[in-house]
Parts: sequence; structure tokens; C-alpha cells
Amino acid sequence: MSHPGRACLARRHLPAGPHRPARRRWLGSAAAGLVLLLPGRAVRAVSAASTLDEMVRHWSGGAPVTEGRITLDIAPLVENGNAVPITVRVASPMSAADRVQEIIVFNQRNPQRDVVRFSFGPACARAEASTRIRLATSQQLVALARLADGSLWSHHVDVVVTLAACIEG
Amino acid sequence: MADAAKPRALIHLPASVRRGEAFEVRALLGHAMENGLRPDGFGNVVPRDLVTRFECKLDGVLVCAVDLYPAIAANPYLAFWARLDGPGLLRLEWLGDNGFAHVETRALVVAT
Repeated sequence: MSHPGRACLARRHLPAGPHRPARRRWLGSAAAGLVLLLPGRAVRAVSAASTLDEMVRHWSGGAPVTEGRITLDIAPLVENGNAVPITVRVASPMSAADRVQEIIVFNQRNPQRDVVRFSFGPACARAEASTRIRLATSQQLVALARLADGSLWSHHVDVVVTLAACIEG
Repeated sequence: MADAAKPRALIHLPASVRRGEAFEVRALLGHAMENGLRPDGFGNVVPRDLVTRFECKLDGVLVCAVDLYPAIAANPYLAFWARLDGPGLLRLEWLGDNGFAHVETRALVVAT
């Protein structure tokens, strides 16, 4: 998108002239600002509809998820939410029979629930992966593991975030 | 800063790798990862531009595939563990919005 600034939009819709009252000019720019904000609001409202529990249920397909086996490593107190290191790991031999198929991370209060999904292939040596994520606010995170035997495991972690990411300029 | 056509990728690998031994692959890609929610200085929303998929293959066998969502930080960093069985050709591929695609290949030094 390449909108001009709000002032330019307002000028286009209102008669130009030196005698235009300041109040009308202010109303014009306020209306333009509202129009610009609306799409963002709608997107946020839709994605915020599903809760963390709903995401976990949808992922598991109704199968029981047990707390344990998997570890989500993250600092409990996050100073900068723009880049938060996380590591997920499951103690697994990663043999053909006993292996971790996927690890997925969900969040509670970002604009979108999904964070990351790791799928491990035959050449993977350990069920362990690291990345850096964004956190919009203090919230709960959950890491979920799907093993080859069909069992599902979770680890819930609460984090406190000082500086928010995602929606701030 | 690298332009959009040729992003910069940093890939850390051990100096040499033994067959059958686990080794860590660390990959960092220079990319803004715009999530489409952030306003710029004028209050306009910056359009979404994300890396959405990553795949790492060792001699054509999948090591790790990653689905990246907007919650992944700018300059996506990924680290994982692989095991070498073949000649040791590592291929890393990133795919994203607006037809973004970037491939890096590395030949591992196999210790005898």
C-alpha cells in the first residue's frame, strides 16, 4: 500500500481554502485515520477468536495430550519481545521406530496463535530445535510434540514480557 | 543491508563431521519478516512479507522442515541436529510471501 499521509487524504475530500475552519479539518483527518485503522482491527479480532486450549484440541484431534516428555526452554522474564530465543526438545533416540514426528509451539496472546512448527525427517539426529520468536505481551506458551507411536506431549510455560512486539511500530 | 533479490544467509556448521555422529546446523537468514500488523511512521500498515517455510535436506533426505508464522522474529534463526550417512551435501531452502525463495548449499567436510 502506498497511501499518502492523513493530512493529504483529508485535503482531497474537503474544499481547499484559507477560510476552512480548523474543526472541519480535524474531523476530516480523524475520519481518514479511522478508515486506515479498520482493516487491521478486523484481522486482529478474527485471529483472536481461538483460545490456546482450542488450538491444542484442534491440533490433537481430540486425542489426550499429556504434560511431560517435551521441554520448552525460554527465559521466564523477557525484556525485549521482538526476539526471544526458544529451544524445544524431547529426549528421543530418533530411531526409525521411536522418533518425534513434529514439535509445534502455540501462544496465548499474540495476534495469531501459531508460532512455529518443526517437522523432523529421517536425517534428523535429535528432537531438538531453536529459533527466535516475537511476543506481544506477557502470556502462556505451549510446546507440543507428536511421537511416532501416536502419543502427544505438552509443556506449558508462563512468560512475563516487558517490551511488546508484533503490533508496535 | 542485502536487497530483496539476494538475501544474506549465515550458516554455521562444524569444521568436520564424522559419519553417524550428530552435528548441529545453525542457519540465519537476513529478512524483515513483516507481519502485516505493524504501522509505519505515517500510520499506514506495512504490508505482510514473511518467510513461511524452511526445509533442510542432507543428501536429499529431509533433516528438518519448519513452518514459520508471523511470531518468528526478524532475520529468522533456526538451529537443529542432523546425522550424516552419505557424502554430505547440505541443502537449505527458504520460501516466503511474494514468491520469495532462497537456496543455500554446503558440502560438509567428512572426517575419516
